[in-house]
Amino acid sequence: MAQVTAAVRWGLELAVELQGITKRYPGVVANDEVDLAVVPGEVHAVVGENGAGKSTLMKILYGMVHADQGTIRVNGQPKRFRSSKDAIAAGIGMVHQHFKLADNLTVLENVVLGSEPTKGLQLDFAGGATRIRSLASTYGLAIDPDTTVEQLSVGERQRVEILKVLYRGARIIILDEPTAVLVPQEVDDLFASLEDLKGEGVTVIFISHKLDEVLKVADHITVMRGGRTVGTVTPAETDGRRLAEMMIGAELPSPQTAESTVTDVVVISVRDLNVISADERSVCTDVSFDIHKGEIVGVAGVEGNGQGPLVDALLGISPHRVDGRIELVGERIDHWPARRRREAGVGLIPEDRQRQGLLLPSPLWENAALGHQTSEPFVSGLWINVKGSKARTRHLISDFGVKTPGTDVPATALSGGNQQKLVVGREILADPKVLIAAQPTRGIDVGAQATVWEKLKEVRKAGMAILLISADLEELIGLSDTLYVIFRGRFVARLDPATVTPEILGSHMTGASLGEAV
Amino acid sequence: MKSRRWLVAVVAPLAAMVFSVGVASLALIAFDIDPLFAFKEMWTFGTSTESLINIANRSVPLYVAAMAVAVGFKMNLFNIGVEGQYLLAALFAAWAGALVALPAVLHVAFILLVAMVVGSGWAWIAGFLKVKRGIHEVISTIMLNFIGFSLSAYLFLNVFRGETEGLIVATGQIPKSGWMPSLNPVLGWFGVTPRRGSELQSFLIIAIALGIGYHLLVKRSRFGFDLRASGINPAAAQASGVDPKRMIIRTMMISGAIAGLVGMSVLLGFFHQYPQDFSRGYGFNGIAVALLGRNHAAGMVFAALLWGFLERSSLILDLRDVPSEIVTIIQGTVVLGVVVAYEVVSRLAERQTVRAAARAAAALESGGAQEAA
Repeated sequence: MAQVTAAVRWGLELAVELQGITKRYPGVVANDEVDLAVVPGEVHAVVGENGAGKSTLMKILYGMVHADQGTIRVNGQPKRFRSSKDAIAAGIGMVHQHFKLADNLTVLENVVLGSEPTKGLQLDFAGGATRIRSLASTYGLAIDPDTTVEQLSVGERQRVEILKVLYRGARIIILDEPTAVLVPQEVDDLFASLEDLKGEGVTVIFISHKLDEVLKVADHITVMRGGRTVGTVTPAETDGRRLAEMMIGAELPSPQTAESTVTDVVVISVRDLNVISADERSVCTDVSFDIHKGEIVGVAGVEGNGQGPLVDALLGISPHRVDGRIELVGERIDHWPARRRREAGVGLIPEDRQRQGLLLPSPLWENAALGHQTSEPFVSGLWINVKGSKARTRHLISDFGVKTPGTDVPATALSGGNQQKLVVGREILADPKVLIAAQPTRGIDVGAQATVWEKLKEVRKAGMAILLISADLEELIGLSDTLYVIFRGRFVARLDPATVTPEILGSHMTGASLGEAV
Repeated sequence: MKSRRWLVAVVAPLAAMVFSVGVASLALIAFDIDPLFAFKEMWTFGTSTESLINIANRSVPLYVAAMAVAVGFKMNLFNIGVEGQYLLAALFAAWAGALVALPAVLHVAFILLVAMVVGSGWAWIAGFLKVKRGIHEVISTIMLNFIGFSLSAYLFLNVFRGETEGLIVATGQIPKSGWMPSLNPVLGWFGVTPRRGSELQSFLIIAIALGIGYHLLVKRSRFGFDLRASGINPAAAQASGVDPKRMIIRTMMISGAIAGLVGMSVLLGFFHQYPQDFSRGYGFNGIAVALLGRNHAAGMVFAALLWGFLERSSLILDLRDVPSEIVTIIQGTVVLGVVVAYEVVSRLAERQTVRAAARAAAALESGGAQEAA
């Protein structure tokens, strides 16, 4: 670890030093002997895929979660945090991805909330306002303390969150995916603020999976994968591609498909699909594509570029207005409700299995029926067929290698990989005409990943049409027959997976091919 | 794992009961009354034949009201409006029942149907407002209760009022064909002959059937699957094809239809008309019973019986110079206690289940690895 030795050589104390942090959840090791060393006054990025263990690590540092093993040192002092209160007392602050602000209160009230300044028995709002103004000007976080939060833009709200943390005396700030909610202009403002913070000696830990941003703003980048730290690098000695490789790992089994099984029978045809939100923003714009029998169509893109709204629109559960034409084997389905689409053969592996794919407290056999609770063998007539459901679940368990003691255990007892195999198995066994597979191997171990890839290849050969939405470039290039890139809700490129490299793909994904700055 | 779930279901309410009796005892001691004396009096009075029949009769509408509430609870829909739904339904059913003349069974069926339609329709308003305007059902059902009370008072006094005999104001009397018989002859087969005026109402049988129907609907039907899925994880339910809006409307209407039946045992088995002092309060108490019975068909039977017992046996207390309010204390603390106890016990049990399953899965995994090697 280059910077550790450098810091020690210069006699500097590390702002944060985590050693051998291990945190186990039932069936999963979220953090496995993780080390992290952060130099004072730097912007230190922690990158990794979802499920790599970034957020667990930060929750441990912020005292929200207790590590099973390992030590935490802050400014050289060993610390044991019983709650976030202890972490705050040690000068650590965290800005969550989802803001925790009261809309109807002013900036001032929000900032002092919980640590109100007092003069005797009275609240000293004037004193608070003065302090906020001085903090704001010191750190270049321009904001009027007297406006209510509901009048602020997302970027300004984030500034309030940062001020809140500084107001409590934090010198080490954790920013959890701070750019996920910002528009590009606001991202630039945030980065400028980060420079100011750095200038005043504040240490920033920046969680992200957007590699171009990390390369731009960080002094050091620590990469996590599968609950471990893979390494720490400086932006100078790496590039987006090498970072992506570190994130994904080189030893992964290749998802390469065999010879093409694509036929000329169109299964699903989408024309000019537009998804328009209530505030008239277009979250998906003019999306058109066909998927043939036996074809995997891949959609590459940085998260949050319209993949979610696209899936919702295809499934018929979009909260937004959806225009355009969707045909399933020649029949228009765009005005059908979700259940009818499901029954007609639209399968879904949701990107977040726990949010959209599972009933965690319910037994496995009920989870195996979810999404297919109107078709055999899960029901007969209007009634649930428990016997049939359990038989199908046993079949699923053995076919997809789900590690479980039985069909009656609650889904929450399974590890992430086994939950995912359950979801993938359930959708594949239902034999849909078209399968929407969103992040089908996210956050699961290499073994489960190989199973999922194997099964996807199998059903492709059997003639299923698959829409593969993924952030894993290797997976996309390896499995897809046709590859689209989605950027800000549009399909901006159609590429041939046989010739494309992760580098080219990456430049399309960041909009570089459109002539914008990376 | 099955046995553990049973344990949870039994341990939590027992613990809550012990806790609430303890709190009530402390209150009694504070008033310088021997708790053992009070509870003994309650037990002796509450277990006489007449009391038992009275408890059964009280429990039936409570149980029906609890099911009306519970069906909504299953998808996190809070129908606080059972009270208004059943009063309005009973008024309409009494009025309609007095207007027609039908053969015996049909007449009763007709009255029940009217009650269900009215209850369902009144509840539909809350569902519609939630779906179309995003108004929370707790607010709208509470408001609809008040509107329902006023509406029924107006209709009662101005439209549905029957011929008055003296001071009694009521709707017209339902012909005998629309009465439900007493079950006392059945009790006679078992050698039980209650005192005159103490009659076991036969709506009990319908309530039992409803309980079985409720259980099958929630646990074994397609609709029940969608209902429970919507309660556990609305996002997953939607992705699985459940239309959340339709689900809200349908559940609200089913809840309202059950609510419509709450007043029927008293109407068809006792009053045979809707008097000004028609039995009130079952709707609100039904919420407590549903909570106490954990929305479970069998659990709510016990909860309703307990509630009925407490209410009945409290009557003796004032005669013995014991404040009957201790029963209210028991009722309040037992509901509070059961909610807390159930949460604690089920969390412990869940943690154990998860651990056991993880261990078993880990064993499988290492076993599998050995096989592979």
